[in-house]
Amino acid sequence: MPKLLSGAEIVFKALEDQKVEYIFGYPGGAVLPIYDELKNHKTIKHILARHEQGAGHAAEGYARSCGKPGVLLVTSGPGATNAVTALTDAYMDSIPVVCISGQVPTHLIGTDAFQECDTTGITRPCTKHNWLVKDVNDLADIMNQAFKIATTGRPGPVLVDIPKDIQFNKGVYKLNKNKLEKKLNGALSNKINLKDVDNFIEMIKKSSKPIFYTGGGVINSGPKASELLRELVSLTGFPITSTLQGLGAYPGDDPQFLGMLGMHGTYEANNAMHDCDLMINIGARFDDRITGKIDEFSPKSKKIHIDIDPSSIGKNVKVDLAITSDVTELLQAVIKRFKEKNKNFIESNKQKTAKWWSQIDKWREKKSLNFINSKETIKPQHAVQRLYELTKHQDTFITTEVGQHQMWAAQHYKFNKPNRWMTSGGLGTMGYGLPAAIGVQIAHPKKLVVDIAGEASILMNIQEMSTAIQYKLPIKIFILNNEYMGMVRQWQELLHDKNYSESYTEALPDFVKLAEAYGAVGIRAKTPDELDEKIKEMIKTDKPVIFDCVVDKVENCYPMIPSGKPHNQMLLGPEDEKEEVSDEGKTLV
Amino acid sequence: MSKPKSAYSQPTKFGKEDHHIIVVWVDNEAGVLARVIGLFSGRGYNIESLAVAEIDKIKHLSRITIVTKGTPEVIKQIKLQLGKLIPVHKVADFSRNDPKILFKELALLKVVGATKKLDKAKKLCKKHDGLVLDKTKKSFVIQVTALRREIDKLVTTLKPLGLISVSRTGAVAMTKGDEVFTQ
Repeated sequence: MPKLLSGAEIVFKALEDQKVEYIFGYPGGAVLPIYDELKNHKTIKHILARHEQGAGHAAEGYARSCGKPGVLLVTSGPGATNAVTALTDAYMDSIPVVCISGQVPTHLIGTDAFQECDTTGITRPCTKHNWLVKDVNDLADIMNQAFKIATTGRPGPVLVDIPKDIQFNKGVYKLNKNKLEKKLNGALSNKINLKDVDNFIEMIKKSSKPIFYTGGGVINSGPKASELLRELVSLTGFPITSTLQGLGAYPGDDPQFLGMLGMHGTYEANNAMHDCDLMINIGARFDDRITGKIDEFSPKSKKIHIDIDPSSIGKNVKVDLAITSDVTELLQAVIKRFKEKNKNFIESNKQKTAKWWSQIDKWREKKSLNFINSKETIKPQHAVQRLYELTKHQDTFITTEVGQHQMWAAQHYKFNKPNRWMTSGGLGTMGYGLPAAIGVQIAHPKKLVVDIAGEASILMNIQEMSTAIQYKLPIKIFILNNEYMGMVRQWQELLHDKNYSESYTEALPDFVKLAEAYGAVGIRAKTPDELDEKIKEMIKTDKPVIFDCVVDKVENCYPMIPSGKPHNQMLLGPEDEKEEVSDEGKTLV
Repeated sequence: MSKPKSAYSQPTKFGKEDHHIIVVWVDNEAGVLARVIGLFSGRGYNIESLAVAEIDKIKHLSRITIVTKGTPEVIKQIKLQLGKLIPVHKVADFSRNDPKILFKELALLKVVGATKKLDKAKKLCKKHDGLVLDKTKKSFVIQVTALRREIDKLVTTLKPLGLISVSRTGAVAMTKGDEVFTQ
């Protein structure tokens, strides 16, 4: 007779089997049996957030920075609905998160009981899969499947909804074997076809204007993928650009790196994407912020697309060679084959791509990330550059909120390693950065973790400062404070005749006092002269810091692909603004 | 009229839409139908008809047949997105004009009226081997099995003859010959 365990015990046994060290959560009536069991499991530490959304983003930040799934524990009803934003965020950015939610007891389901909601119904479109557990004997299997599904194939969030009576009921811990495997996201096979690899190499050899376009798939595939990518890029000598999510997979300060592409990408990256004759997409998904006007997206190129999710291929852009594969496995195969046959390719091919590189150098001369600096006010780009210069000698983890500051961080902070950059790209969730920084700091206690924030975004999850204090997490919140929802203001300036409808925050807290109220340290910098000293002071402080960096209020984020324009028609700065955005363009974006 | 100032793009290219029959084999577990149709509504795909029932009592497998309309790109996305759902075993896609596939839909039709009209109505149904399931002086209920568009046509012609109630199953499909669809 196998030992009988309560549902709550089964949950923890599964967490232990999965080697979970941290869970992020918030207790409530329907998960009390699980919280009660917590005391018996010393290897699992619970991090108490101040809001379930915060707990969710913290789990995401943890997962992104260390590659292990983030675990989230919330109660029924509002606990689950508050977690929905974080789950959707994880779904959009392919982050492995396992959410365990309490549910009202089985016999009350459907009666509009206190704190009841249809959790599996609500989270069905924002998870890879979810379960409502109806029998305690299924629980062990479901818990283990949940981890498997979250972490394999294209990663993503899953949710296990456990009614309170199931948490109390006794059952056996047993795993079913012959369950349908969905590791491949529905692909028939992920075996790499040698013909595809040869085609890949053939296309590389034929091309005279190539570009690598890499994304979050490289990061998700693990650190090895980044190493292999670096090897392939150096073997070919081709230029490389990256999406927002892919930053760090390739060194940001390498001469072959053209910077980020897309709406706020560099002039050279976007023009190279437009004019290339071969585009090698590795682990990116042709998102609309990347492609701009889809009809005029890179019209003359052959396109290779490598993605682990077959439904990402051909969704937005037709490609010439599609390979459904994990990035690491494919790059290994390509590099091995490439080396066999193409000794000294980079030297022999130099001639062929020389013209292309000199064209790229011409685009580079535009210095599209430049801005007009000021001696009186701190320019936000300058602030990010100084932050980078003063932190680049140490292994720094950057999270962001969403908006102008996020783009400036992506443009001006150079990442050299994967998993150092945590930003909400797909969903664009304001309020992501602070809780994500908490998750990152939990995973990397000794490292410097900075949330580059805006004053509007930070207020969306500011309550998590209290979490940072409780667990003595010395995260640094670096606010570029322009008193506006900057990106909204920028759009209103460009598209809505400067009608700044509701984008100015008339009453902001004093962020220094706010930091002190939480028990953190507040620092304010108002002029460029004092910026460096203050940043150094922030880095030195071994406590959570809110850094109120008072910046230019009306600075816009450039370069920018304006509405309805293809990649080769970028706005580089305020001088270009006079060129009217067409009516058609205004509808595009 | 001034164009709307939206922050998102508007479609510029429209492909040709075509009818397809998508057949999905799924584990018959709680919420599985909601997953499948939620995917359709969430991603803006069409459902013209839907037929679903368990086909294997031991393995708890259900077969869902969906008639949909879309451009070739959309149909491909539907298949790939369905394939990603955890309880989905396999997905088949048949063009409506595929000669190797049988399509059938069952309809129950109730006609109420005078004898003359009823007789005329019955005659019309004969073409589709209509089976009268219930009969009174004033009415009859007939079962018709035919193609969707044939039933559409029949319904239109029966309307003036006193058709007052229609119940249809939605199309189901199967391959001809000794072949079985495998993925």
